[in-house]
Amino acid sequence: MTIKNKFAFFFLSAIAILLAAILIPYAVTGAVLNPKGIIALEERDLIVIATVLMLVVVIPVFVMTFAICWKYRASKKDAEYAPNWDNDILAETIWWGFPCLIILILSIVTWFSTKALDPFKPLESDITPIQIQVVALDWKWLFIYPEQKIATVNYFQFPELTPVNFEITSDAPMNSFWIPQLGGQIYAMPGMRSKLHLMADEAGDYRGSSANISGYGFAGMVFTAKATKQADFDKWVQSVKQSAPPLGLNEYISLAKPSSYNPEASYTLKDDDLYDQIIMKYLMPSSKLHELEKTSIR
Amino acid sequence: MNDIFGRLTIDAFKHDPIENGAGIGIAITGFIILGLLFYYRGWKYLWNEWLTSLDPKRIGMMYLFMATLMLFKGLVDASMMRAQQALAVGDSMGYLAPPHFQQIFSAHGTTMIFFVGMGMVFGLLNLIVPLQIGARDVAFPFLNSLSFWLFLVGAFLLNISLVVGKFSATGWLAYPPLSGNEYHPGVGVDYWIWSVQISGIGSLLSGINFLVTILKMRCPGMTLMKMPLFTWAALNSMVLVLFAFPILTATVLMLTLDRTLGMHFFTADYGGNPMMYINLIWAWGHPEVYILILPAFGIYSEVVATFSHKRLFGYTSMVWALASITFLSFIVWLHHFFTMGAGANVNAFFGIMTMLIAVPTGVKVFNWLFTMFRGRIYFARPMLWFLGFILVFTSGGMTGVLMSVPSADFQTHNSLFLIAHFHSMVIGGVLFGLFAGLSYWFPKFIGFKLNERLGRYAFWCWIVGFFVAFMPLYALGLMGATRRLNHYEAATGWHPLFMLAALGVVFIICGGLLQVLQIIIGVRQRRQNRILGDPWNGRTLEWSTPSPPPFYNFAIIPEVHERDPFWEAKHRHLPEKKQTYHDIHMPKNTPMGMYIAAFALVFSFAIIWYIHWLTIVGLIGIIACAIIRLSDDDIDYYVPAAEVERIENQIATRIKHA
Repeated sequence: MTIKNKFAFFFLSAIAILLAAILIPYAVTGAVLNPKGIIALEERDLIVIATVLMLVVVIPVFVMTFAICWKYRASKKDAEYAPNWDNDILAETIWWGFPCLIILILSIVTWFSTKALDPFKPLESDITPIQIQVVALDWKWLFIYPEQKIATVNYFQFPELTPVNFEITSDAPMNSFWIPQLGGQIYAMPGMRSKLHLMADEAGDYRGSSANISGYGFAGMVFTAKATKQADFDKWVQSVKQSAPPLGLNEYISLAKPSSYNPEASYTLKDDDLYDQIIMKYLMPSSKLHELEKTSIR
Repeated sequence: MNDIFGRLTIDAFKHDPIENGAGIGIAITGFIILGLLFYYRGWKYLWNEWLTSLDPKRIGMMYLFMATLMLFKGLVDASMMRAQQALAVGDSMGYLAPPHFQQIFSAHGTTMIFFVGMGMVFGLLNLIVPLQIGARDVAFPFLNSLSFWLFLVGAFLLNISLVVGKFSATGWLAYPPLSGNEYHPGVGVDYWIWSVQISGIGSLLSGINFLVTILKMRCPGMTLMKMPLFTWAALNSMVLVLFAFPILTATVLMLTLDRTLGMHFFTADYGGNPMMYINLIWAWGHPEVYILILPAFGIYSEVVATFSHKRLFGYTSMVWALASITFLSFIVWLHHFFTMGAGANVNAFFGIMTMLIAVPTGVKVFNWLFTMFRGRIYFARPMLWFLGFILVFTSGGMTGVLMSVPSADFQTHNSLFLIAHFHSMVIGGVLFGLFAGLSYWFPKFIGFKLNERLGRYAFWCWIVGFFVAFMPLYALGLMGATRRLNHYEAATGWHPLFMLAALGVVFIICGGLLQVLQIIIGVRQRRQNRILGDPWNGRTLEWSTPSPPPFYNFAIIPEVHERDPFWEAKHRHLPEKKQTYHDIHMPKNTPMGMYIAAFALVFSFAIIWYIHWLTIVGLIGIIACAIIRLSDDDIDYYVPAAEVERIENQIATRIKHA
């Protein structure tokens, strides 16, 4: 190895090690790898399993690349040279077969985990789940509690260790509803109802956001999901009911107008089927829609 | 009178200072080029030798020139985004307003995929495929020129939007309903639509052209299983073009009908279904990434064999791997939106199909490594790019398989983790491959090598820059950072990593500038670095021609008996046969492709701005030019045998004196 090559090699290794030293602490303390809910925990485990399975192939590839480059470099004249050797059934079998085996294992993991972690599937628990209806608006999130008859903007509170059944739609372009520490995301689509089932293991403030571009104010669609003790949650619901302004269809129409970086807000719910009305306005026959366009809702 | 310019008013020219700067910059560059052409009286040469040429080598060079310009445009976009994200934290909103920032990332993606990736792929195909299969031209020379000019018009439209009006701010795939009229009125999305539509039609025509060329124009003796791997990769890629691009054309057309004529294919109400658009666009979009990467795989196969001085390992296996990737690439599109809420069975199926692609891809990597095994490895520039590719692509492939598990994808989708993954594939895979291909084949077409040392420096800048710019994005993704944010809160703790990523882009820009310097210095030192036909000890037919090859490629069409015919010929020292020349049938130059594309430009510009009378002018122009061309019988000529002999003797003398 010439001095120049040695220098290049150590320089690059230094950069790699430095990068790893900087990045790994960030990554392992990041939201996705530090789950606070059962769904996020299982999804993290999947990420780890898949990574380890792939490393079984990737590490040998890196080692082989380096070793072969080193051993058969042109300047090393005494190395074996077989310019016409271009086939070996055993070798071919190994590298068609071995990756197939790994992918087979991963496929089985995928098949069962996809069913187990289907976002539409309710969580199993003895505790009665809480319902939250989520509406993505231009450019904020509306959370409706149909049972508690309250609603919030860019903020919602829920009891820990209780399954949360989200129903999600959009009254704006498509968004994606994501709270990394509690679990994976699902799209919020106009005229459609997607579902997500999450649960928080402990009290805390969890950051959520929209993961899909939805227009100019999209970067401000950040919200806090606050998990608390059941008693604190009940207290919070009562305080909202006593003090918050009402939210009916008319208030909703002015709330739904485009606005960026909305402050957190809470409402008492006046219209029990507000969420259904928001979805239904995309599903009406066109004659009805034309009529509505002349009035206020569109 | 008001309607004469449709919705084009003086406001279309008013922009904020940064956009004005970009517009003025482009205009000045244009005027400098025009001025130089007048100064050197280059018009006639340019017109006769390049613009009207049907020679695939010339067309290929023009593709590469355009793609390089667009690469720098895309790189500027990227650095502006990185700068914004390094600045816009907490109270600071950065220097770009959201509409501008969103136009930049939309333009960045569109530019890099449609005009850099596709441009370089078609450029290299034009240069290499006819030579590799021992042909004098492509199957449809005029169609080839038309394809190029349509590609150019697409790129042109994208750049016009900088000066006249604005570009789409809805991402490079313009998902409705965001890209619909309700949420995105104005010309931005229409610019995207027509830029993509026109260049997409060009790509489809090119795909047909090269498919037929490879299937029908191989020289005697070159059976399919004797084709060089690059040609095999090109064939597979063109099959994908043939099946995928009509989907793009139809999908974008439906979006046009929604926007321009008020239809409801993809609107959220009135019975439209925006999710159908997302399905359709990815049914094109996933094969598209393989359209780009397969030719790169082909390039690596050629490069590794050549620089290891050894036959490619597992040729048959490599061909089957290509074919299985081609097939699988059509049944995985749903992995781009596992989060749409399809049932578990659907998601699991598409997830498993996706991870299956890792098998043939892994096989290719192992075969490349075993090509090097027991070889004599020369670490020239193309080989460096290959090794960089192995490093980046393998790690990117790993995260790709990770994201093919639907439940893992829920936690990484649309995050910066995804961005890091696909940049590993398109930079480490496609772009490094194209750079390898360019440094490998370019000397063949210009007759001299570029500066080796600067090329190496450029490589090191790119590879270090890549890791510094994109590895932080993996960490950011795991920290919950989503893509396309023009601003984020300080409490997220993302800021240091965004700064690091911006530093990486500085390295990458240095790499790009060094490559430009390499070309400039290369041209100045061309006399010292002249090469004959075969600078790398090549294996395939293209190296048997002189550098640069004559316009008819082969004076005598070669006959092939084995794979790597040129390598075999060199090593067997076959007795030289007596050369008898025949008349060579060649197509005549024509500007008609350029004219048709020019009318297509008028047509799409008029539709974008609702200038109805001009739309009709454009449409009539396209049809009239097509009819004129189709009824023209004077489209070919013969180079007499005596003339061929004169040119060949001239080349022989030149080689003797070198």
